[in-house]
Amino acid sequence: MKKFWKTGEPYVLATGAALAIVLVMTLSLVGVVVSNGLGYFWPKQLVRFELKDGTAALGQIMQHEKNPINGERRLQLKVANRDVFGQDFRWIDEKDIQKRSLPADAMLLERREHGNYFGFLKGVVAEGLDIPATAAPQETLERALKLVEVKKRATLRIKQQMSDLNNRAERLRLKLLKLEYSGKEQNIAAIAELNAEREKAMAEFNALNEQVSASMAEINRINASFEDVSGGSKEIALMEIVAHQRPNSMTFVAKCGAYLERVRELLLDDPRESNTEGGLFPAIFGTVMMVLLMSVFSLPFGVVAAIYLREYARDGLLTRAVRIAVNNLAGVPSIVYGVFGLGFFVYGIGGSLDSLFFPERLPTPTFGTGGILWSSLTLALLTVPVVIVATEESLASIPRGIREGSLALGATKFQTLTRILLPMATPGIMTGLILSMARAAGEVAPLMIVGVVKLAPTLPFDGNFPIFHMDRKFMHLGFHIYDVGFQSPNVEAAKPMVYVTTMLLLAIVIVASSTAIYLRNRMRKRYTTSTF
Amino acid sequence: MSPTQQPTDTTPILSVSGLNLHYGEAHALKDINLDMIRHQVTAFIGPSGCGKSTLLRCFNRMNDLVESARITGSIRFNGSEVNERSTDVISLRRRIGMVFQQSNPFPKSIYENIVYGLRISGVNDKAILDEAVERSLKSAAIWNEVKDRLNDSALGLSGGQAQRICIARAIAVNPEIILMDEPCSALDPISTLKIEELIEELKDKYTIVIVTHNMQQAARVSDVTAFFYLGELIEAGATRKIFTNPEKKQTEDYITGRFG
Repeated sequence: MKKFWKTGEPYVLATGAALAIVLVMTLSLVGVVVSNGLGYFWPKQLVRFELKDGTAALGQIMQHEKNPINGERRLQLKVANRDVFGQDFRWIDEKDIQKRSLPADAMLLERREHGNYFGFLKGVVAEGLDIPATAAPQETLERALKLVEVKKRATLRIKQQMSDLNNRAERLRLKLLKLEYSGKEQNIAAIAELNAEREKAMAEFNALNEQVSASMAEINRINASFEDVSGGSKEIALMEIVAHQRPNSMTFVAKCGAYLERVRELLLDDPRESNTEGGLFPAIFGTVMMVLLMSVFSLPFGVVAAIYLREYARDGLLTRAVRIAVNNLAGVPSIVYGVFGLGFFVYGIGGSLDSLFFPERLPTPTFGTGGILWSSLTLALLTVPVVIVATEESLASIPRGIREGSLALGATKFQTLTRILLPMATPGIMTGLILSMARAAGEVAPLMIVGVVKLAPTLPFDGNFPIFHMDRKFMHLGFHIYDVGFQSPNVEAAKPMVYVTTMLLLAIVIVASSTAIYLRNRMRKRYTTSTF
Repeated sequence: MSPTQQPTDTTPILSVSGLNLHYGEAHALKDINLDMIRHQVTAFIGPSGCGKSTLLRCFNRMNDLVESARITGSIRFNGSEVNERSTDVISLRRRIGMVFQQSNPFPKSIYENIVYGLRISGVNDKAILDEAVERSLKSAAIWNEVKDRLNDSALGLSGGQAQRICIARAIAVNPEIILMDEPCSALDPISTLKIEELIEELKDKYTIVIVTHNMQQAARVSDVTAFFYLGELIEAGATRKIFTNPEKKQTEDYITGRFG
């Protein structure tokens, strides 16, 4: 036995066990997130329960469990119809169930408001529109929906024109403000001209607005009537319907189609219903853009600082102090960076920028409020120590012989640095970048103070001048998880969205890291030293 | 200690007088006086830590990289002082090439390794570079082994090949002197033999100073040998004389293997 301990075998086993535990924890985390996230979009069957007390319920079975109070088996049913029943979910004791069935014509509606509706189609009320009354309700619904879609597109085009006009009016207003700010008297003519122009734009805008209201009212008159499982009837405007399906009579292929459609919606659409439904596109875009912007700031700064520390600074007390400070910076709680970013970037620099360049807009802040630029800078500050440390390490690990070889050939220190050392250090620098990107993508606390919002009306990047809107607030997947999971009015209904968002955030981090790792390995192959 | 050189028809290309070097408190080189003659091979021998590599690194100012090093005395290269603040270190190093103990090819292609010295001095003309590569690889007797894979990484070469690439790299910038710091200590006997033959050939064009632990090597390749011990130059003179009839007892003891 003593000999067994002496061989060191138990320690090897212990290390293996530690690794196994870590792996199991990681994999189960990823597994829970992925299985819940991927399952969310699969069209679940609508089950109709007849209960012993004579009532009926229609919904999707979410989970089975033992009632912790009386030990009975029960199941959680998503009954939807929040506006009718008051809540999305109910518990049903298994012993109360008389009969279950899968009605083929049970319909699931995704609505723009009030969550889903489960029920049965009764008919379509299309005032003043020519839809043959003889057709079956299902077919009528399809045709009416198509018609609504066409009309909706037309109004969207008008709305786009309105938005352009609005932008123009806003630009004119700012110009006016500027002129008034710089002196009313000498600019009277210009101001009058601008005023006239603005009024013209506003008049056009108002005309279009009336047009839109009229056509919206028309569209809103197209209704479908439904009946829920307890017999209550409900009129729903087709405008409100985002998607409809009859999951019980769908084929496997149709279900796959519905699934892909939901994934597309998730990746490319805007969120609805205080973020608990719809897509995540603005959040994905915001996260990616913020991380990229962060890299643009932190990579060059970190690399240059590390080069100075390692290659040029004399190794003295000061250098050592700086190095220790840099290492400690990496351990400062991120919320502290957030507060610093608010004070320094937002109020300090942003405030000064506003009073220097946009005084006419005050007190409405332009840069003096949270935005994607300040968020990226704050996170760059947070991650720059990682880049510095990684760069320093990789510079230090280059054999002395290589430097001396270059210097002995008459290269200057700078030539040695740019032609030999930096290319050799690149894989290490990439490692630092990967770590910092992963950290930045997952950071939430500081962002909440310097520019992330629950719902951003516009992306920080669009076709309007100047394309990149560094001053705009943005959405972020990490904050989205917090917001949807803990701040939304209906947490239970938002749960799947939290899983999906988490999965997406993980996916983004993994994709970004994998790309960087792939690049790093390609470089490493080029610079691997065989002789050392 | 005055050097006892054989009379030659040329003046010394490198002349050391009264050189002292301190590493912080340690006195690493003590009052060295030595001349090196054009187109001769000078070998520095002595036990480890005797200062021979340190002296070699004084010639192209590589000791500048060591912060604690302090140098007094004079080193004259073609009559001009090496050890002065105003000396252009970059052009000095271009004229005095160096080959290190560990072969240190850059993580680039063989071609780029050879032309590195030219590129950093601003030469980018393809014809000149091609010519330099062929000439220096031929001079370093490795042309036939690598001519078909000039664009492969130099890191894939064997130790002996890599060391000859490093010699070719030094030759490519057309230096006047090549300093070799124990160039064969990490190589097998066959590679060592090749390098030694190479030194014999290079002698016609370049002045060579070689540090070696291997006495037979010094005897085989050098014209002049200098023996160092504890930072002092004990004896310097024609190799044949040093190895057959040394003046100093210490030299004789070291050469015959009684210490060191």
